[in-house]
Amino acid sequence: MFERLVKAIVEMREEEAMASVKELLDKREDPLKIMEQSKKAVEIVGARFEKGEYFLPELIMAGHMLTEISNRVKPVLSKGLEVKRIGKVVMGTVEGDVHDIGKNIVNFLLDANGFEVIDIGIDVPAEKFVQVIRDFSPQVVGLSGLLTLAYDSMKKTVQAIERAGLRNKVKIIIGGGQVNDTIKEYAGADAYGKDAMAGVLLVKQWMGVK
Amino acid sequence: MKKRWTEVEADVSDRQEKQFAAWLSGVGISFENSEAENAYKERIGLLKDAIQLIKPPRRVPVCPSPGFFPIQYAGSTVHEAMYDYEALAQIWTKYCNDFAPDAYNAPTTIVPGTVIDLLDLTLYKWPGHGVSKELPYQFVEGEYMKAEEYQDLIDDPSGYFLRVYFPRIFNSLKPFERMPVFPLIHEMIFVPSGLAPFGMPELQKALHNIMEAASEATRWAMRMRALNSSIMGKGCPSFSGGASKAPFDVVGDSLRGTAGVMMDMYRHPDELQEACERLTPFMVRAGVSSGKANNHSLIFIPLHKGADGFMSDKQFQTFYWPTLKKVIIGLVNAGLVPLLFAEGGYNSRLEVISDLPKGMTVWWFDSTDMVRAKKAVGRVACIAGNVPLPLLCAGTEDETKKYCKRLIDSVGRDGGFILSTGAGMEGAKPGNVKAMIDFSKEYGV
Repeated sequence: MFERLVKAIVEMREEEAMASVKELLDKREDPLKIMEQSKKAVEIVGARFEKGEYFLPELIMAGHMLTEISNRVKPVLSKGLEVKRIGKVVMGTVEGDVHDIGKNIVNFLLDANGFEVIDIGIDVPAEKFVQVIRDFSPQVVGLSGLLTLAYDSMKKTVQAIERAGLRNKVKIIIGGGQVNDTIKEYAGADAYGKDAMAGVLLVKQWMGVK
Repeated sequence: MKKRWTEVEADVSDRQEKQFAAWLSGVGISFENSEAENAYKERIGLLKDAIQLIKPPRRVPVCPSPGFFPIQYAGSTVHEAMYDYEALAQIWTKYCNDFAPDAYNAPTTIVPGTVIDLLDLTLYKWPGHGVSKELPYQFVEGEYMKAEEYQDLIDDPSGYFLRVYFPRIFNSLKPFERMPVFPLIHEMIFVPSGLAPFGMPELQKALHNIMEAASEATRWAMRMRALNSSIMGKGCPSFSGGASKAPFDVVGDSLRGTAGVMMDMYRHPDELQEACERLTPFMVRAGVSSGKANNHSLIFIPLHKGADGFMSDKQFQTFYWPTLKKVIIGLVNAGLVPLLFAEGGYNSRLEVISDLPKGMTVWWFDSTDMVRAKKAVGRVACIAGNVPLPLLCAGTEDETKKYCKRLIDSVGRDGGFILSTGAGMEGAKPGNVKAMIDFSKEYGV
């Protein structure tokens, strides 16, 4: 039964996935287990994305299916789903830039890989990043941006984090359509992720996850 | 239904020559002197040679994409450039005078702010309207067409835009929802009832709004026409004479949105494909009519959601490429040259996109591996690109020259190459822009 659910999610058969969730709930199977298995399926989707077998459509479909399943299962869940988290990442699009497709994909993959993601949105001023780092003590901070104006905003943000005395408490990764190693140096970040997966792998390395 | 745009017609080479001749003639441009006229024609000649792949041009043409760069270079703001047409004209003139590219992009992308204000567009944030005055306008990602509406779009694309999409994206045109069903108005007895909606004060007000916006757009267009004529009169041709889009991007960019269109490949695959087919004639017509009206050969087609990573090769070949190819063939058959700007990486698409008639298109790359692109696409098309923005914005002049040298040495020596930037070069250091253009003109001989 659970195998059917996992397979349906992994192979992008949305209707079948939802039907098997309904069937499992009707049979009074443990809702917690339904969520766990669904998450497991999403992890497999993430792994296929890493291998270049899956692309954006599959990631977005998997995210969508997981939300739908969670909406069905939550009302009957007696206690919250406890997830082991391997680390905290603060993610935001830097000041002046309102693009977030890239950031949202990275967030989704980080979540699927067991990280707690604190998404602080778009057009985020440097001071806001500093505040959130103080409040949540993440190990990693991700700065996203599509436009070239993001270069200066990233630099300003890194400087603000430094001035606040927090620079050695966090690793900073940058990413976006027009970002590369030159901009990593320019902004004073620790790394840049060429694409969503490269970013997630770097974060995993930093946290000592294989 | 007639099968269209699947085959290249027999006399396309003649048609292309004729269109190039129309562009080259410079009819309507008052050149400052014969030197300017010669420079204009020589530069078009460089582009023509690079495109046709018959003989290498005398030197590599250098045509960067300015983006918002001329605005910051002139010390102005995007807000001023969008609202003060005179300022915009000066900004663009200064850019062309100071940098002397082999072709310039007309500032049609610096849209008139007042027009957008009058229509109250919801698709974007623009300076003073969601972003601060010095920032560029930015697209607001969203689902502007619902998945349930595919059939309406397929049944009647223009009707859908008029009655559903416009009211949604232009707050000032909300009463367009009341537009009548036009094909019924074809017998005398249907005329009075057909006209009824136009009698309503709300729709009349909305029509008035669009007329007001259009009059403002005309004022802007006339100023831009004068500007373009003055820049060309000094010897610099424009890099494109019109624009079109890949049908998939029409759906994915501002109808269904990124998340929507990506899921539609699984949830509504047939409707998505049919919608792309239905939009194809509009995209062919848009490119052909603008190219013909402007006596220009090149039609700019910015490509967005078919890049590496967005979808698998199979999805690209199923959903993205078939209708884009039709648009390309449609333009080629009209004697035009599609200028396909592949933003992001296109490394996994190179073989597929090489299935085109030789010497009829330009593929302009951003972060694609240019050596691989040359090997695959270079067999059938001129390639353009790809000085990276990070380099122009944060690198040195020496590094910029080095990059241009490597580019020319590796893909530009035997023709079929236009040196350009990877994308619109906002934020670039003026010294780097100058270094890129001057060095490449000199070295690319």
